[in-house]
Amino acid sequence: MTQSVDAVLLKGGTLADGSVRDVLIRDGIIHSTSQAQTVDDVKVIDAEGLILLSGFVDLHTHLREPGREDSETVLSGSQAGVKGGYVALSAMANTSPVADTAGVVEQVYRLGKEAGLLDVFPIGAVTQGIEGKILAEIGAMADSVARVRVFSDDGNCVSDPLVMRRALEYVKKFGGVIAQHAQEPALTLGSQMNEGIVSATLGLKGWPAVAEEAIIARDVLLAEHVGSRLHICHLTTAGGVEIIRWAKARGINVTAEVTPHHLLLTDDVARSYDPIFKVNPPLRTSADVLALRSGLADGTIDIVATDHAPHPAESKDCEWQEAAFGMLGLEHALSIISQTMVETGLLSWAGVQNRMSIAPARIGGYADHGRGLEPGSPAHITVINPKAPYRVDRDNLASKSRNTPFHGMEFSAQVVATYFHGREVFSHGSFA
Amino acid sequence: MKHLLSIADISRSEAITILDTAAELAKVSDTPMKKLPTLRGRTIVNLFAEDSTRTRISFEAAAKRLSADVINFSSKGSSLSKGESLKDTAQTLQAMGADAVIIRHGASGAPARLADCKWMSGAVINAGDGTHEHPSQALLDAFTIRKHLGQGRDDLDGLRIGIVGDVLHSRVARSNVLLLTKLGARVTLIAPPTLLPVGVDSWSVNISYDFDSVLDSLDVVMMLRVQLERMHELFFPNAREYSRYFGLNSARLKALHPGAIVMHPGPMNRGLEITADSADSARSVIVEQVSNGVSVRMAILYLLLAGDTSIEAGS
Repeated sequence: MTQSVDAVLLKGGTLADGSVRDVLIRDGIIHSTSQAQTVDDVKVIDAEGLILLSGFVDLHTHLREPGREDSETVLSGSQAGVKGGYVALSAMANTSPVADTAGVVEQVYRLGKEAGLLDVFPIGAVTQGIEGKILAEIGAMADSVARVRVFSDDGNCVSDPLVMRRALEYVKKFGGVIAQHAQEPALTLGSQMNEGIVSATLGLKGWPAVAEEAIIARDVLLAEHVGSRLHICHLTTAGGVEIIRWAKARGINVTAEVTPHHLLLTDDVARSYDPIFKVNPPLRTSADVLALRSGLADGTIDIVATDHAPHPAESKDCEWQEAAFGMLGLEHALSIISQTMVETGLLSWAGVQNRMSIAPARIGGYADHGRGLEPGSPAHITVINPKAPYRVDRDNLASKSRNTPFHGMEFSAQVVATYFHGREVFSHGSFA
Repeated sequence: MKHLLSIADISRSEAITILDTAAELAKVSDTPMKKLPTLRGRTIVNLFAEDSTRTRISFEAAAKRLSADVINFSSKGSSLSKGESLKDTAQTLQAMGADAVIIRHGASGAPARLADCKWMSGAVINAGDGTHEHPSQALLDAFTIRKHLGQGRDDLDGLRIGIVGDVLHSRVARSNVLLLTKLGARVTLIAPPTLLPVGVDSWSVNISYDFDSVLDSLDVVMMLRVQLERMHELFFPNAREYSRYFGLNSARLKALHPGAIVMHPGPMNRGLEITADSADSARSVIVEQVSNGVSVRMAILYLLLAGDTSIEAGS
């Protein structure tokens, strides 16, 4: 499994700051980065023309285990993760059973260790059964082996303002954060897609932007009032970006994420009625997409998170309104960020490293991650070839599911290798 | 034209061809035999996953007048009510050799899924999907309007048509807006703001919240059915208030100009969106819409399934 050589020299790669360096990994640690080094007894890997970034951290992943191992397992999700350049995933709590006890989060944590390709950090449910009524055993999950710090009912919104207030207050005890799925349920009963010109034509029940924005506005004010830390999951609207910008200017401790698919796709794709494009929160308009991109560029939106949501074929091979919400994200996230943010000039590679590694590790409290390629740090490295055009093929995925909306699309940048604690866990199509 | 899924997919000239063909086929209905051999040996499935009487029997009558074999497949007592997926049902119909499937379904886009997903190869005809479209209804409405007010033209150029009521949930309204404007009519949607979709301002129509103010400017008043379950979803305070502002009653009937006609796709809620005297008045063409429906659906089946053969060759 592990490389027999303890030391690896990545030669001539370009770091986030644009400098060309030889990166020496020894005993799973970044030993040194310098302009040209020659070392004996190392495996030398030519990294010329490749970009070396601090290993990616996903703050929002659905690994489906326990409960829906037909769509994904911790192992298959880990493989999809390292293929996408990730070295840490945050497993969402809406499994079956729900991750609302120490027992379940420890099980997921242990499955991640057994898979061994990357770190799996379980997210704990905010409320029992993610039903929004009674607080889950937040303290027990925080004190468990999994040391949970991020709590979310994702899939459901913590819609009751009192429950949300209490949750925000409670996690202050150990510096936790509540990751809110912002969706006012009363405004989205039976909703199928973004409410607007396209939904009016298609006769699919609309999902107004205000249903998301109203919760964001409420929760930043709650976070301010109780002096706690709030994270907003998968931001999708221009109005939401404005509210976050306002809240940050006011000094409120709020962070926000955006998914690759919301940076790339608009609600126009629903015209096909193909539920491969059905996702919660829904794809929005091109004006929203542009606002999300500029929000991510200026730091209003802190991070990219995939909301990787595997589903079995039958959940998508049906009528739109019968289909499940969600799409795959891990394997093509970097390609999409490159296309929407780097190739458009909105974000540098240093910016990508910040939004996909440093900032998500900071928000999640993952101390061993997001430390850049500083000597002494764990050697978590994502290796990118920015000029390796390829076409997405849903029959060639590491995930157990095939529900990628990107099938057939062409991207120019791709992850070619991933190092986790100095170990090459993914390289050119194969796993360690 | 391989399928009929949405009015958006057909051109103005294709629409006129359907209406012209329907006019020719209407003559068959006036003969004692009432039957053409055109689709003999072809199998047409009526796949009705949602309750509907008039549309199903209208399509059935149309198919039978063209000598097709008709299989009725309705949700009650069928595999669809046992939880079989649309995909499996479609593949079953394909295996049975269906040449066309006429589908009524509660999910918007279900006919498009049938047509696009390679689950079956036959023609797909949308007989009403969720709150999306009901193309054959719009075609029969246009046919009826043209017959009364067309003055020999092949389109509806310049006619002023009001569509009144629950536009938000109406597949009839969506198909009619697309078709009537395509044929040159000027459409006004008349409804409380709660029953118009967000995004309606992108449609090529006028909007009015005040039925009375536009009455005398309409050549056609098309009333939409108000689903009784909407009553509990806060779209309007109660049935009486709805009727007061948006119902067609005798006073409003009198305010219409002399040549105007009254339409309703049925089934009507008499006393809610339309009073009995309005529904049964001399201006009402509601019963005629039903009989025109058969001719228009014959034309649709004929044009989709009989290929290039002309009507004369078919008879």
